[in-house]
Amino acid sequence: MADEQKPEGSEAPPPPAGEGAAPPVKPAAPAAKPAPPKPAAAAPPKAAAAHAAPPKPPATMAAIPWVSDLSREIKERFGDRIVETSTYLGQNFIVVKPDAAIPVMEYLKLEADFDYLVDVTAVDWPKRAERFDVVYILYSFARNERVRIKTYVPDGFKPETAVGVHLTANWLEREVFDMFGIEFDGHPDMRRILLPEEWQGYPLRKDYGILQQDDRWVQENLNIESGQ
Amino acid sequence: MPDATFLDSTELVLNMGPQHPSTHGVLRVILKLDGEKVLGTDCVIGYLHRGVEKIAENRTFAQFNPYVDRMDYVAAVSNGLGYCLAVEKLLNVEAPPRAQAVRVILTELNRIASHLVWLGTHALDIGAITPVFYCFREREEALKIFEKYCGARLTTHAFRIGGLLYETYDGFEQDVRDFCAMFGPKVDEYEELLTNNRIWVSRLKGVGILSAEECKEYGVTGPVLRAAGVKWDLRKAQPYSGYEKYDFEIPTAQNGDTYDRYIVRMQEMRQAVRIIEQAVAAIPEGPIMGKVGKVIKPAVGEAYVSIEAPKGELGYYVVSDGSTQPYRCRVRPPSFVNLQALDRMVRGGLVADVVAIIGTIDIVLGEVDR
Repeated sequence: MADEQKPEGSEAPPPPAGEGAAPPVKPAAPAAKPAPPKPAAAAPPKAAAAHAAPPKPPATMAAIPWVSDLSREIKERFGDRIVETSTYLGQNFIVVKPDAAIPVMEYLKLEADFDYLVDVTAVDWPKRAERFDVVYILYSFARNERVRIKTYVPDGFKPETAVGVHLTANWLEREVFDMFGIEFDGHPDMRRILLPEEWQGYPLRKDYGILQQDDRWVQENLNIESGQ
Repeated sequence: MPDATFLDSTELVLNMGPQHPSTHGVLRVILKLDGEKVLGTDCVIGYLHRGVEKIAENRTFAQFNPYVDRMDYVAAVSNGLGYCLAVEKLLNVEAPPRAQAVRVILTELNRIASHLVWLGTHALDIGAITPVFYCFREREEALKIFEKYCGARLTTHAFRIGGLLYETYDGFEQDVRDFCAMFGPKVDEYEELLTNNRIWVSRLKGVGILSAEECKEYGVTGPVLRAAGVKWDLRKAQPYSGYEKYDFEIPTAQNGDTYDRYIVRMQEMRQAVRIIEQAVAAIPEGPIMGKVGKVIKPAVGEAYVSIEAPKGELGYYVVSDGSTQPYRCRVRPPSFVNLQALDRMVRGGLVADVVAIIGTIDIVLGEVDR
């Protein structure tokens, strides 16, 4: 997804290799869409042919469409709120519109036994319009299967909390807030969790330097010039 | 948290930690009490926060490897295994069979070492002084094997992305076999001290119950989940590193109380010995390093890989942007997630049991705070 280091455009090997292979359920949609999240993805869609040598790796994730009963059901139920259902390295993920993350999670919990929320986390892509990926990792004990729900949100957007669906989201979302500054709407206790409450800045944002710290906090509370 | 305490109020706010011998590190728990009864808690964590995930983004994939040992430092080998597997997944390579077998041996030895630290300190918290000496005596033997293998006892950095750096030393197999032969009877010894001990039983039975449903709600994994009757272990559910080749049981219990968690962990140590014995009897010959370049540069993409660490599901969600450094490396720490259930477990119980329950979750603050 490193948007900048896109190679010499057309000759890059086609990322979605499986595209031609699975025509049934509008699988073209995910890749062909001019989806803002992956600007580079739209570029080399001449797919199909090109058995090029394996020179340069693609500049986007070489995910292929995920076609299964479950992905079909979800698409039918949520329609265009599902941006794509893909699989990469055998791991399935669903990209949804921000307002659909919780309903999809609830649906998966109630209808498909995905009853264990493994993790909530985020990834910062400062150059992208929707700056953050918010990622939910789900697991189903009954199916022994994992799925990730991803949604792209702009800075300042408040995604709905998952606490109503999975209690475990409480601390996990607090950590995302602490590290990225993404506030979750409706969260019962939206405070920092690892850093002190008065701390300024969100360390896991890409524009937060590795040596950066909240100098004032350090001086006031630790009585030292710098924590470095 | 609650308002100030007044003399005419029955509620009392008690601060426990961060410097407290029973919090296993720097955990602060603010307890709201009514006499001896716990009405609620608030955990204050982060004292050991070192920004591991930020460091990852500023190191190469290989450079970050030693850092993961410093999260759950009593189970450093497991941490390293999880990280190596995650990067290997991104690279789409697998460690060769010989490396996998050695990895299993060391990881299971580390599981025993980790459980021994838990057992010793948990018993100490509850007032049984003796077990900790026995536990550390045997743990020493496991650490000696680590030391002879890779030169470090605690933060081992035993594995490399793609396999192993070091071949096993002369006499490794014999050392491991000796350990297994020695350790089996030692578990009986611990059990003799504790399992039917009246004080032990009455301090643990029915304390800190967490049902299977609650475990799932809170995302609690590992021995805590298994003690609630859920037969789930990633080594069986989604085998990695060749665990499917070994014959072992998943110990479970039914009540989900502190005593059951004790029983489950004791059984897990026995099962670990079984796995090690099988693995050491059949370490395949061959290379110990897979086809991994000198410069580790996974294709653009992401992967989530998790393993059954001694404390529960330890996961790594690694995002690569095609460069030599992880774009994002999220650690899904079992201790952090399990600790969240502390409030549920102590609520309504007695203040003395808080210590027992913190001990039974088996947290390592280095991993909680990262």
